[in-house]
Amino acid sequence: MQAFTVHRGIAAPLDRANVDTDAIIPKQYLKSIKRTGFGPNAFDDWRYLDPGQPDADNSQRRPNPDFVLNRPPYDRATILLARENFGCGSSREHAVWALDDFGFRAVIAPSFADIFFNNSFKNGLLPVVLDENEVDEMFRRVAAEPGLEIEVDLQSQEVRLPGGPVFRFEVDSDRRRRLLEGLDDIALTLQHADKIRAYEQRRRGEAPWLMAG
Amino acid sequence: MSGQTLYDKLWQAHVVHEEPDGTALLYIDRHLVHEVTSPQAFEGLRLAGRKPWRADSVLAVPDHNVPTDNRDAGIADPVSRTQVETLEHNVAEYGLKFFPMRDLRQGIVHVIGPEQGATLPGTTVVCGDSHTSTHGALGALAFGIGTSEVEHVLATQCLWQKKSKSMLVRVDGELRPGVTAKDVVLAIIGKIGTAGGNGHAIEFGGSAIRGLSIEGRMTLCNMAIEAGARAGMVAVDEKTIEYVRGRPQAPAGELFEQAANAWRKLVSDPDAGFDRIVELDGAAIEPQVSWGTSPEMVVPVSGQVPDPAQEQDPVRAEGMRRALAYMGLEPGTPIHAIRPDKVFIGSCTNSRIEDLRAAAAVVRGRRKADNIKLAMVVPGSGLVKQQAEAEGLDRIFLDAGFEWREPGCSMCLAMNADRLEPGERCASTSNRNFEGRQGQGGRTHLVSPALAAAAAVAGHFVEPAQLEG
Repeated sequence: MQAFTVHRGIAAPLDRANVDTDAIIPKQYLKSIKRTGFGPNAFDDWRYLDPGQPDADNSQRRPNPDFVLNRPPYDRATILLARENFGCGSSREHAVWALDDFGFRAVIAPSFADIFFNNSFKNGLLPVVLDENEVDEMFRRVAAEPGLEIEVDLQSQEVRLPGGPVFRFEVDSDRRRRLLEGLDDIALTLQHADKIRAYEQRRRGEAPWLMAG
Repeated sequence: MSGQTLYDKLWQAHVVHEEPDGTALLYIDRHLVHEVTSPQAFEGLRLAGRKPWRADSVLAVPDHNVPTDNRDAGIADPVSRTQVETLEHNVAEYGLKFFPMRDLRQGIVHVIGPEQGATLPGTTVVCGDSHTSTHGALGALAFGIGTSEVEHVLATQCLWQKKSKSMLVRVDGELRPGVTAKDVVLAIIGKIGTAGGNGHAIEFGGSAIRGLSIEGRMTLCNMAIEAGARAGMVAVDEKTIEYVRGRPQAPAGELFEQAANAWRKLVSDPDAGFDRIVELDGAAIEPQVSWGTSPEMVVPVSGQVPDPAQEQDPVRAEGMRRALAYMGLEPGTPIHAIRPDKVFIGSCTNSRIEDLRAAAAVVRGRRKADNIKLAMVVPGSGLVKQQAEAEGLDRIFLDAGFEWREPGCSMCLAMNADRLEPGERCASTSNRNFEGRQGQGGRTHLVSPALAAAAAVAGHFVEPAQLEG
């Protein structure tokens, strides 16, 4: 997994609450058996005026000029600014893969849906929770200064706007460590293999019907 | 010391290891797998030279992509076909239990888990699908995971988890006739919102919940995720135990009795504390219809489309305006005046035998209205379909002009050929009314099976009791 330490980039304002994972990557693209290549279809229904298909040449489609990510400089954005409950709905990790493939490294919102939040950490995409007033202030600043580059620092747990302010954010220490170092979750877990086996042995005694299947 | 919640008990029984910050390595008893969220996980496993930790914990089935008619012809869409074939190769390579598309036991993963007795009370159940919360109806800790976690569970039988906060949603009182589990859960989501359960595991309790059948409880827990909660659950009672008894993968004989005694303890202690308690009066709940593009946008069928001008919060008001524009609805429109183009009865929320019986009871002796272009019934599994046919339900639907299909996810998310065209309006028993969910530009109204059936017959939303003839 790619590590995340500090990232500086353009923040794109997506001024909507409850952005669901169906919107982030529509269902027809979930038929892929790969992890990559979802970027051109991120936010497909909002981003293009004509319907899309997995095998379509996206360069031949009509982009929606009103959609924020189609407007320079936001087509080069690497930080997404959104409203509450971002990533709700389906568990599809393809939503995170699509944001990552588009070029996003961080999403900033007042709250995230649990599964999306979790999936993000597994892919080096940092979900940053700030309080609503702080997110409001960021929307105002970005509107006033399009192309504003902001800095997201996982090491110091800060979001820094040029010339201030600086917003501090919280993140679980375990998740932070894994992301800072880009650690492979499975390899770490397998260091506990003996404990897993001991657990299984104990459970076989307590609840023998569980392993009968 | 205060007592333990059901969630506390399920959690504690599965902790393998705990980090100083409280992050726990949680053991997973059952892993359900389908074709959409698993290919990249198997590929990761293969690339790392790993094998499934416990192959017997897995049950795999294709459901999202499969056609619901003419299965003799196979899967026409080559991309869908590749995905299903990829699952077939993966289960063969690793020796996993699998119900292929033509197996009588094939169906929606959240229907077949409980049906087969793969889901048992007291287990942890995961699947790369957010509606895994369904299985909590049996007193299990069940939640959806992403593909990286699917790979992690395959490789280690465990997941790193931080314990959620606990929420009790208590619904007391007797439900009115015609009010179903679907209406209860939509009313709950309408009350707490789609983010209301974020960071929480929800236990549903109270006399109205205890009065629900196990299938009704599955409908309820299925939509916990639409309230933002990864896990929903209901305490074990005798209904739970009788539901599980005799299932193919459930324990039998003396072992079943031993298990049942352990399962009876899977209830929250009377003095258990919850981080949040939400109460609803069951007797006050009316049949619900969603009007917008989020499951929290619901009103009673007797009500009307709300007005964003009445909403104080500007972000919410803007969300409502956007939803109304997408749905092609005006504020103040009576729900009764909304006329669907299609009706979909199915999905992991409402495709079990009781759902089909409830819809058939409304349809019996009636005909689909002329403005309904398509009314389709998609049973949740081959076994549900077989049971329905044994009861003659298929004839009731077919005689009324409905289509009777093969099991799968179908038009809940339109990954197969079943979908809405732009602008089409659907009365749907599924779980999500997001933009484009049932097809790009499609407009979804979430309802119970009885209400969907009534809409098909009347040509507009109406309470079944108000139908003529």
